[in-house]
Formats: sequence, C-alpha cells, structure tokens
Amino acid sequence: MGIADSASRGRELLRDQPIVLVATVVVAALVLDLVRRVLAGDVTTSNVVVLVWRGVVNGLVIGLAGIGLSMTYSILNFANFAHGDYITSGAFAGWATTWVIAGLGAADLGSLLLVGAGGNVFSSDLGTSIVTTPGAILAGLLISGVGAVVLALVIDRLVYRPLRGEDGITLLIASIGVAFALRYLLVFVFTTGVRSVAVTPPSFRFSILGVGMGFGYHEVTLLVCALALMAAVHLLLQRTKLGKAMRAMSDNEDLARITGIPTERVIRWTWILGAGLAGVAGYLLILESGTIAYNRGWILLLFIFAAVIMGGIGSVYGAILGGLIIGLTDTLSQVWLPSEFTQAAAFALMILILLYRPEGLFAGRTTA
Amino acid sequence: MSGASGSDASAGTTIREALDNDAVLVLGLLLAIYVGFYLLGATLGFQSNGIANSLRRVTFLTAVYAMVVLALNLQWGYTGLFNIGVAGFMAVGVYTMAMATAAPDARVPGLGLPLWVGVVLGMLAAALVGLIAALPALRLRADYLAITTIAFSEIIRFTYLSSTFQSFTVAGTQLGTGGGSGIGIAHTPDDVVIALLIENPIGAVLYAPIENLLTGWGIVPNVVRGWVYAVALLVGVLAFYWLLSRIAHSPFGRVLKAIREDEDVAQALGKDTRAFKIKAFMVGCALMGLVGILWQGSLGFVNPNSFLPQVTFFIWIALIIGGAGSNTGSVLGGALFAGLLFEGPRYVANVVDQSFQLGSAPSTIAGGVGPLFAGDPIPLVAYTLANIAPLRLVLVGVVLIVLMHRRPEGLLGHRKETAASIDLGRPTRDGSASAGADSIPVGDRDTGGEGR
Repeated sequence: MGIADSASRGRELLRDQPIVLVATVVVAALVLDLVRRVLAGDVTTSNVVVLVWRGVVNGLVIGLAGIGLSMTYSILNFANFAHGDYITSGAFAGWATTWVIAGLGAADLGSLLLVGAGGNVFSSDLGTSIVTTPGAILAGLLISGVGAVVLALVIDRLVYRPLRGEDGITLLIASIGVAFALRYLLVFVFTTGVRSVAVTPPSFRFSILGVGMGFGYHEVTLLVCALALMAAVHLLLQRTKLGKAMRAMSDNEDLARITGIPTERVIRWTWILGAGLAGVAGYLLILESGTIAYNRGWILLLFIFAAVIMGGIGSVYGAILGGLIIGLTDTLSQVWLPSEFTQAAAFALMILILLYRPEGLFAGRTTA
Repeated sequence: MSGASGSDASAGTTIREALDNDAVLVLGLLLAIYVGFYLLGATLGFQSNGIANSLRRVTFLTAVYAMVVLALNLQWGYTGLFNIGVAGFMAVGVYTMAMATAAPDARVPGLGLPLWVGVVLGMLAAALVGLIAALPALRLRADYLAITTIAFSEIIRFTYLSSTFQSFTVAGTQLGTGGGSGIGIAHTPDDVVIALLIENPIGAVLYAPIENLLTGWGIVPNVVRGWVYAVALLVGVLAFYWLLSRIAHSPFGRVLKAIREDEDVAQALGKDTRAFKIKAFMVGCALMGLVGILWQGSLGFVNPNSFLPQVTFFIWIALIIGGAGSNTGSVLGGALFAGLLFEGPRYVANVVDQSFQLGSAPSTIAGGVGPLFAGDPIPLVAYTLANIAPLRLVLVGVVLIVLMHRRPEGLLGHRKETAASIDLGRPTRDGSASAGADSIPVGDRDTGGEGR
C-alpha cells in the first residue's frame, strides 16, 4: 500500500468519522500520560495493576449483566429499568441459599433465609467463602440464576406480555414500576441493612518482574464464571437456531413471524438467558464485594446502560466490551480525578458516546 | 367532562366554563382527600393537632408536586421531551439559592445575598444547566434522552456530594456546597413568605383571629404557620397553571405540540424545532429549579441525597396519573400522588398504630411469619405497619404498571390538546362541533395505531 493510499484513507477517516480520530487521540494522550506518571513515580506500577484488575473484574460483572439488558433492548424494543432489580433479586435468592446450606443447624432458618436481616447471624459465624464452603457458593450461584429466571418469566407474563407491541416509552415506564415494586418488596422482606455475607479469604500474592500483585479468590472465581458464561452464550447464539431467530427478531419482528419463527418462544428464551445472566452477575458481584444491600443492582444499572449503549444495543460482544470499558474508566479515572468523580466520568463517557456514536461501537455487527 | 358548547359560543366563555369545571374538579378532589383524612383520624381518635399537621403536609406536598409536574408537563406533555433528570435540575436551583444566600461566615460560606436574588439566580442556573443538557441531547431518541438526563442528574448529585467542592474559593470569595454533610439555608422561603404575609398591619389583623381560633382547637401555632405557607404554595400552583396555560395556548405552545406529534412536519413548515425544544426545556428546568427552592429550600437544610433518581420517578408517576398533556391533569396527578400514594399509607399506618395496641413490631419478617403458623397474625400486621414506607413504594410501582395496562394516557390524558388553533373535531349531528376537550385528538389516533 503506497503512502498516498494511506494518506487518502487517513483523510477519509478524518472526514467521515472525526470523532473516532478525536477519541483515539484522547485515549493515546491518556495512555502516554499514565506512562509518564508511572515513570515519574507519581503512580506506582502495582497501583496501576490493582486499578486495571479491579476495572476488569467490575467490567466483567457489568458486561455479564449487560448481555441480558442488550438482548431485551433489541428484541423487545425497550430500555428495561427493572434489570438492576433482577440482579439484586437473583443475588438475594442465591445468598439465602448459600446461607441456608452453610449454616443449617448452626442458626435458625428464618435468619438464614433473610441473609441475617435481624442481626442474629453474621457471615463470620458461617465462614462463607469459595475456599471454605465451595458447595454452598456453587448452589447459591445456580439458584441466583434460576431465581432471576423465574422472576423474569412471571413478570413478563404479568406486566410485559399484555403490553407487547406498545411503544418503547410505555414499556419503559412500566419497567420503572416493576423496578420500584421489586426493590421495595426486597426491602420489606430483607430490610435496608447493608451486611456482610461472605468472608474474604486472604488473596494469593506473587510478583512478576518485581511488581507485587495480589489476586483474591473471589475475584478469580468471578473472572472464571463470567468468562465461562460468556463463552457459553457465544456458543449458544452461534451454534443454535435460537441465536439466528433472535437476530431475525431484533431486525424485523413482523418478518420474523411471517417466516415462521415462534416469536413468543424466542422472547421467553431472551428473558431466560438475560435474567439468568443478570442473577448470576448479581451473585458474583456480592461475592466479590462481600456485602449485600437492596440497591446494589439499581446503582449498577446506569453503568450497565452505559456499557450496552457503548457496545451497541443488541450486540452481546458489544455489551461485554462496553462493560470492560466502563469498568476500566471507573477505576482508571482515579489516576486523574478525585475518587468521587469516577462514576461521573463513566456516565460522561456514555453521554459522549450517545451523542457522537449513538449506534454504539459495534454498530451493524449485532450478533444476537 | 360535559363542557361542550355550541359553535356560536365565544371562545372566552368556553375557556371560562372549562376552567370553572376544572377548578371544581381539583378543589373537589382536595376536599375529598381532606375529608377522608379527617374522618379516618377522627373516628380512630387521632388528636386534632396530628390531623391538622398531616393535612398541612398533604397540602404542601400537593402544591409542590403540582408545580413540578406542571413544569414537567411542558417538557413531556407538550413538547415530548422525555426528561428523567428532574431531581438534578431541582438540586441546581436550590443549591444555587443556598450558596448565594448563605452568610459569608456560616459553616458553609456563601455570598450573603437576599432570598429573591438567590431565587432568580437559582432559576437562571437551572435553566443554564438545562441548556447544557439539552443542546446536544435533543438530537437523541426519547429513550436515549431519558438515559442521558438521568445520567446528567446523577453527575449533578455526585458533584454536590463531592468533597472537592465542599468549599472552594472563586475570585477571593469563599463558597461551598457542603459536600455530603449538606448546606444550611439562611433565608428559608417559608419563613420569608410567612413573614411577608402575617407581619404587616393588614396581615396581622387578619391572621390573629384565625390563629386564636385554631389554637383553641388544640393546634400548635407552628402548624398554623405551616398552613399559611402551604396555602401560599397553592396560590403558587395557580400562578404556574396560569403561566403554563398561557404558554400552551400561545403560538409558541402550538409549535411545541406540533413537535410532539411530528417533528418532521413542524420542520417542514419552517419552524426551527431545535430552538423551540431548547427554549421549552430551559423554561421547564427553570421552573423545576424554582420548585426545588420552594420545596427542599423550605426544610432549612439541603443534602445531595434529597435528589436521588427516585424523586424524579415520583414526579413522573404524578404526571402519568394525571395524564400527560393536560395542565389540569398535572395538578390532579400531583394531588392524588401526594395525598393517596405518598402520605396516605403512612397516615393510615400512623393512625392505626396509635389506635390499636398491637405490641412492638418484630424486627424481621421472619418474626411476623413464624407466629402466623400458630394462628397469630398480629405480629405480621405490626411488622407491616412498621414497614409501611417500603410498601408504599411497592404500591407506587404497582399503580404505575396498572396505569400502563389500563389507562396509559392517565386520567385526563384524553384532553391532550391538538396542535391547532381551531377545533379539529368532526361536527356532530346537530351541526355543532364537539368541544376540543371531548374529541379524540389527531395525535392520539396516530400513536394509538403504532402497535404491531
């Protein structure tokens, strides 16, 4: 390729997508500045490693939960504001299971089912962690997904199915109602108390090239589960007819129905996949942070929206990539901004993407 | 609504007639809520000061909700701008006012300006932030605009919450937001309004006998003064209603309605729809800033966590209950939400709790469900009453869902005004055109047929 060729391509890029160029320049400048700061000793390398690791871990949770939001957004054509509360509901279902399995006999059933709402049982009594009680954790992981799926199917039957075909805003408003009802039912049952549900085992430490690093067992569990589930979703959507049917439906629902695609069944599978992933993501989020609260999912929701929009609505890979970008923005922006503004930075990034590339980074590459 | 009139009747009488009916509707609803609260409290032996104070709260909340819903109605009901960042714009209004009026030597120092300057500055700041949010965001689809505005409102809240701006110096002047610990308000609007009304020769003469009469019934003077502010806010609702009806019926308002129905058509008719949308958004945000001052400012102290996104959703629910696109519906929705959904459950729980000795409530739901198997429902009832606050929000959510199923247009949504200065209704058989209020607006037919 000659120089003139690449020069003309560069000019084309400048003309067609100036924003891509600006974004590239900004990101490059930030990376250079980070390197400068590390070399100047303002930020230590191990600090950067910690920030990146935390960004990846948070990003995977956001991405995992974002897959479901992205699928319902593209197939049912509405922004589901209740998605965050599916996450919380799944987490509570899962942790109640873990506590019952880990603590049956040691404490009364009511306190265990309510994940220690009354303040009679504490996580330190049960010692719940992936190292000491792996069975209880895995059972909880499974139930968190199953619980969220059941909840999503019931809510779909009661709330969303009668509204099929209504415009997106009507469904969006109904989902705000669902979010309120779910979140405060959780408060009614589990109270507003923030409590520790898992004991964090000591992280394993080692050093590479003289940089000390520590990884928590729970973080690694999260990483492994998230990557495995993402791979499973990838295979499911690529190798089965369901993926094809979903793509067809998000493209044109009427046409899909004419071709004989059972649209209601596809919608049911969409909820099963999306809510299951959301519930598991909620469980893993709580496992990683160690504490549970009724509004964890709701707080995460705007991040998930940011990730989904960034990746392009309907794209599974976009949601994962968007999640990683948002997670890394949230943690790495601490290098430049006071820590109170890291969330604001992530939201600002979302607004910028909405303004200049509303179709998302993976536009036109919807894979499911 | 049987406000139909013959085509020969002048427009003036039609409007007056409709207004008369609307006034009856709103006042009737308020009266019904008052009577319901009073009867429940009185029959269960709730003391009169408690009832009076609850009614004052209902009146206050009705007024502030009605005002902010009217402002939101301009954006969503008339222009079709899906703004779910209302709490953020209210925060900008009240924080700017607080920072401008706080004394320079206070814990959180301010400029020490009088209240009215603070109010004007607060409204200007809210309008300006609205402009910043609107300029780029108005290009977006409704659901993207929604996500952008809620993110914007959260960014505003984080900014006021941050310790970076807790106190800072601009051009040698100490200023601050107070961060997470909030900011005190030097001149609260309620004190200023009450002083203005009752501490002048005429006001004092009129107020003294009222206060005497009410304190004679066992009502504390503070509650009586609170009532003065609540009634003043109701007058504020009238002013908002007048202003927004004027806007809605002006040529400017007709363009807004046209944008709501079909922006491309409005553009094709040569209207600069972007400018219209930005103006409507800014006016709405300025009014939201004003309501923020009248509402949160009157509590004497503001904290960023008074502006959580759920505040926005409460206001939306009030708008949806009343019916987007109708100013009277906005006022009705505000009253219904504040009276029945927001204050009602709490009041009922309060009254029942005081009247029946249910014993202390169990601390968890397990303590309530356990005795249920032994045939004793009382602990569960006590737990429910003690936790009425979350249940009331469950009710809010369920009402929202039911409304979307049964009546997505709200109570008075059928009165959505058409983007025309003349009546578009078909003439009825007796030769007279049906009143605009009763006809199905053209836009409704369009949106109704969108379902696939």
